[in-house]
Amino acid sequence: MAHYFFSEEHEAVRRTLRRFVEKELAPHAEEWEKAEYFPDWVFRRMGELGFLGLRYPEEYGGQGGDLFMSIVFFEELARSGIGGLPLAMLVQTEMVPPPILQFGTEEQKQKYLAPTLKGEKIACLGITEPNAGSDVASIQTRAVREGDRWIINGRKIFITNGVRADFILLVAKTEPSKGHQGFSLFFVDKRTPGFTVSRKLKKVGMACSDTAELLFEDCRVPAENLLGEENKGFYQIMWELQGERLFGAVGAVAGAQHAFERALAYARQRIQFGRPICEFQVIAHKLVDMATEIEAARQLIYATTWKVAQGEYPVKEISMCKLVAAQVSCRVADAALQIHGGYGYMMEYPVQRTWRDVRLNRIGGGTDEIMKEIIARSLGI
Amino acid sequence: MVAVARWLFQEEHEILRKSIRSFVQKEIVPHVEEWEEKGEFPAELFLRLGELGFLGLKYTEEYGGSGEDYVADAVFVEEMARCGSGGVHAGIGAHAHLATPPVYKFGSEEQKQRFLVPAIRGEKIGALGITEPNAGSDVSALATTAVKNGSHYVVNGSKIFITNGVRADFIVLAVKTSPRAGHKGISFLLVEKGTPGFTVGRSLAKLGWHPSDTGELFFENCFVPEENLLGEENQGFYYIMQNFQWERLVLALGAVSAAELALEEALRYARQRVQFGKPIGKFQVIRHKLADMATVIETARCLTYHALSKFVRGEDAVTEVSMAKIVACEVHNQVADEALQIHGGYGYMMEFPVQRYWRDARIGTIGGGTTEVMKEIIARRIIKD
Repeated sequence: MAHYFFSEEHEAVRRTLRRFVEKELAPHAEEWEKAEYFPDWVFRRMGELGFLGLRYPEEYGGQGGDLFMSIVFFEELARSGIGGLPLAMLVQTEMVPPPILQFGTEEQKQKYLAPTLKGEKIACLGITEPNAGSDVASIQTRAVREGDRWIINGRKIFITNGVRADFILLVAKTEPSKGHQGFSLFFVDKRTPGFTVSRKLKKVGMACSDTAELLFEDCRVPAENLLGEENKGFYQIMWELQGERLFGAVGAVAGAQHAFERALAYARQRIQFGRPICEFQVIAHKLVDMATEIEAARQLIYATTWKVAQGEYPVKEISMCKLVAAQVSCRVADAALQIHGGYGYMMEYPVQRTWRDVRLNRIGGGTDEIMKEIIARSLGI
Repeated sequence: MVAVARWLFQEEHEILRKSIRSFVQKEIVPHVEEWEEKGEFPAELFLRLGELGFLGLKYTEEYGGSGEDYVADAVFVEEMARCGSGGVHAGIGAHAHLATPPVYKFGSEEQKQRFLVPAIRGEKIGALGITEPNAGSDVSALATTAVKNGSHYVVNGSKIFITNGVRADFIVLAVKTSPRAGHKGISFLLVEKGTPGFTVGRSLAKLGWHPSDTGELFFENCFVPEENLLGEENQGFYYIMQNFQWERLVLALGAVSAAELALEEALRYARQRVQFGKPIGKFQVIRHKLADMATVIETARCLTYHALSKFVRGEDAVTEVSMAKIVACEVHNQVADEALQIHGGYGYMMEFPVQRYWRDARIGTIGGGTTEVMKEIIARRIIKD
């Protein structure tokens, strides 16, 4: 067994996923990267195969597995070498479904959760705004109650899956005078009048995940689209972010592992000064540093996931996972590029893509600096 | 009177700096986005720089230069790097700092008239061809051969990662003339565009440096007249090593200057971006980050100037130049990375220039000798084994 936490069942899913990624995703890497897009069928196909609901209850189209199934999922997806794809799937499986499952009504679960897990509906989560990035509490998007509807006005930015999503789970201010206690979450369906995708943003990496700027102008949504209790939105989001960060960390380490494997393969076959460059002590030690950092980050994540699986809410450890994994992914990808020498700078070698892709890890889902703020607070500072 | 900011410079250098800076601001900066998008910059820029005399600062007047002033040339490098496009800087740099110096130093009078004079005017574009698919860090593994056949050399082989390679009018080409003599069997030939048997492949797509062309060159029974031999036969490795000192200084100078530009961009953003009710530049972590960036830039700059001054005085500067190349290029990466981080989500967006600074910086610790190769050189000189 690969690890104490993984059973034969996990390993069977891992094998299936690996075959799927190798056969159905990896061959398209270059094409999708160039197009800065991957087709919608990927969501449907992965839903059909049950991959999107591995850890969710069967009654909503899930497979009934545990949290470690999600780890297997993100570890295997990273092997596609397409950073934007796991990112899109992080939204689809770990950012939108948990709050619906936790806070939603039965009707909302049937309408939004089940089709998301089956890949029939593409989901996105709307938190960040042009002037509210790290400072989540400064969100300006406003929802005002009018009879049996909410009228929403505002802008969201950097929304992954935002261009093609069938619905958005949106954070808006419902009680402006109440600070943190004045936010709520809403479902907004695509094609609701007043809701438009204003721009598709171009990024330095994660090219094939779509990133949108969204605009809400007198957008009316029915009262039943409120998720959970009114004015509990900030807490719901803080809760949601824990899963996003933990599984984002899994993806970051898996991306690092992918870059490491490529660097190792290159160092074995590249000959300079009459021998493979991996036989030079400096390169060998560089590879050792990479492997060691990856292993340490991975074990921190596994141990933290175990705590979560025990019902704990380990915010400090999750923030540490996110911080370490993001930094390790960038350091490892950078060393992998360096080992490739001049070829590392060429677009035809995938290592430059991983280098660009993983850079988002230190920004998205809470920057390194925000993680440190959280950890500092949890230390009582 | 123009104030002299640094011990290395004279008043005339600061006057030159002002004029290059205003040229770069007026004639390059406004086009950078467009040239980045297109992946090229117009050849007219070479002509314009030639016209202004900037391509001949380190060459004597008889060839159209303006005196052998390497410090003036350093000013040119620093100010060109501030255009904000590593690729434009690289294309001009490969011509002015890689291709023309060996012709000036080792060329015959006739070669200088044919190649150097028009290159200084910007009428002919040059490239330096050393790296091959299987000879990167290991220069002595060059496999492109030149075999004497009557009054010609017959060249066979290929080159890769050649900046300006696609559009160059001439290549200063490293070839093996004595294939079994290792690094003692390397010579330089001047190969003109259009020589039968010399073809140029595609321009390679790169992570950064988009407007500079990076060529793959192929030589198949390419006949090069013997008078195109540069300097002496089998002295090429020595010429390469000589030229590397200036090339590495240029890379270090450009890295420091570009790092400074990234810092300025980060400062501007930190002052205007408001989160948690105040500009992020008011948060201690961001302030200390910016202070770290300024400090490592200053350190790299001082080391680079020290190496430059030794080089200018004609002293052995190999250790210092190698150190400066490492420090400046590592600092450039580090500063560009922090500048991107300070920009948060916007740093990841193509519409902000900081992502380009970050991509452009990344070639620094690879091109012109990797950091690892620099350390080998320093180690050999300090360990003396």
